[in-house]
Amino acid sequence: MPQKAAPGGLPLGRSFATAYLGLIVLIPLAAVAWRSTEGGAGGFWRAISSPAAVSSLKLTFVCSLVVVAINAVTGTLIAWVLVRDSFRGKAIVNSLIDLPFALPTIVAGLTLLALYGPKGPIGINVAYTRAAIILALLFVTLPFVVRSVQPVLLELDREMEEAAASLGASSLSIFRRIVLPNLMPAILSGVALAFARSIGEFGSVILISGNIPFQTEVASVHIFSQIESDDVTGAAAVSVLLLVISFVSLLAIDTFRKWGSKHEE
Amino acid sequence: MRSRLALRTVALGYLALLLILPIGLIFFRTFEDGLGPVWDALTNPDTIHALWLTILITLIAVPANTVFGVAAALMLVRQRFPGRSVLNAVIDLPFALSPIVVGLALILVYGRTGWLGGWLNANGIQVIFALPGMVLATIFVSLPFVVREVVPVLREIGTEQDEAAWTLGASPFATFRRVTLPAIRWGITYGVVLTTARALGEFGAVSVVSGKLAGRTETLTLRVENEFQRFDLVGAYTASVVLAILALVVVLAMNLFRRETDGDRGAARQQAVR
Repeated sequence: MPQKAAPGGLPLGRSFATAYLGLIVLIPLAAVAWRSTEGGAGGFWRAISSPAAVSSLKLTFVCSLVVVAINAVTGTLIAWVLVRDSFRGKAIVNSLIDLPFALPTIVAGLTLLALYGPKGPIGINVAYTRAAIILALLFVTLPFVVRSVQPVLLELDREMEEAAASLGASSLSIFRRIVLPNLMPAILSGVALAFARSIGEFGSVILISGNIPFQTEVASVHIFSQIESDDVTGAAAVSVLLLVISFVSLLAIDTFRKWGSKHEE
Repeated sequence: MRSRLALRTVALGYLALLLILPIGLIFFRTFEDGLGPVWDALTNPDTIHALWLTILITLIAVPANTVFGVAAALMLVRQRFPGRSVLNAVIDLPFALSPIVVGLALILVYGRTGWLGGWLNANGIQVIFALPGMVLATIFVSLPFVVREVVPVLREIGTEQDEAAWTLGASPFATFRRVTLPAIRWGITYGVVLTTARALGEFGAVSVVSGKLAGRTETLTLRVENEFQRFDLVGAYTASVVLAILALVVVLAMNLFRRETDGDRGAARQQAVR
């Protein structure tokens, strides 16, 4: 049968999709790259190496790393409990995992501030500290590792575990030697997603972090304040850096997913 | 057995501290002083305007991204062309990109000093600090969802039935409408739910391009921040609760439709096995 026979979709579908993607995504992003070089390579370098930019980028990077490390553990744990454990109300807990995705980020920030802010009822106040940034990022990235690990755990063949158990392996060494290696690609791709999300996060952070320059100002807030003070070229330069990090994270996710599907075979 | 209980306690405790208690508290705080202040905040003309603006933007962005999503998914799964893997990566970019960068990107094209700024200005069209810019920002951030939900379904159903219809003389459009569309309908539905959630809740990108004028370019999420900055906590909490209820509805819908898509994919898988 000739290659053309398979119906590829609607006529014009391809040109429509390409034009749409170009107009909405590619041309605006090209404008960012273009603007960032307006002051030449020197201007670009000055913008991303200004003390405020460096401090916000460093803060964002460190907080994101802490957050994904915590997520790798808690996300795997929650997925494990949701798949292997059974208790009343499990279905409800399972659906609550999606709530941080569905809840607007600004609302997430406000809710965390209500509980862990200056007027919180339990006497813990993390507002305007770096711990607050980590808390906000943990909230918004909660679903990523859980939802990435859950299906893999669900389809994992339990025969190997049973064999190991019958040979006297402890449950900890079964987890470490058998389960964990199988989950690794899924954990890492969830981690990469959470990292990309954390690096660019804005809405959940602004109310609770206080946005104090050199202390709790994350990269997105830094770009935002540059736009407000009309330093669009500087904002574009830092944006290009974030854009590159996003793209690298996506490539990493793709690699982990391919590795994961090889694991399955 | 005991370790299982310990793991369960840790997992549920973590979820309670991070998710359930904060969200529960915001509901409690909103209604703390009775229904009166909440009702006043809800019926404030600026709140109502913000709600309508949010719905209007969603009603434009979601259909646009649905049509694009189906077209792009068909193209990614069923066609071979140079640059396909690049296209695949670009579609995911809005997932991983800071919403502030999205807002900035739109300003640099449509803003006063942007690429099209002079032309738009000369023709009296305002995009930035107006509805079109906010719609563009929302479309950008919610672009990947329908594509990502439809692609795996299309992969699993294959092209056999389409080819059969095509061989029997159905036009490409009839094939799409009668064969492809029914097969991917739950994938589309699930993608639409995700897109709607993202569109209703977008804050950062819209914040950059909106100008945040109460009663004009203020969406519900922007209103949460503005009311908070004006120290009107009841107003901020009320808008938050409206958004949180919408989020709960979305989560419910996700649950409902996930089962349906699983059914679809399960059926496709079974067919493949046969």
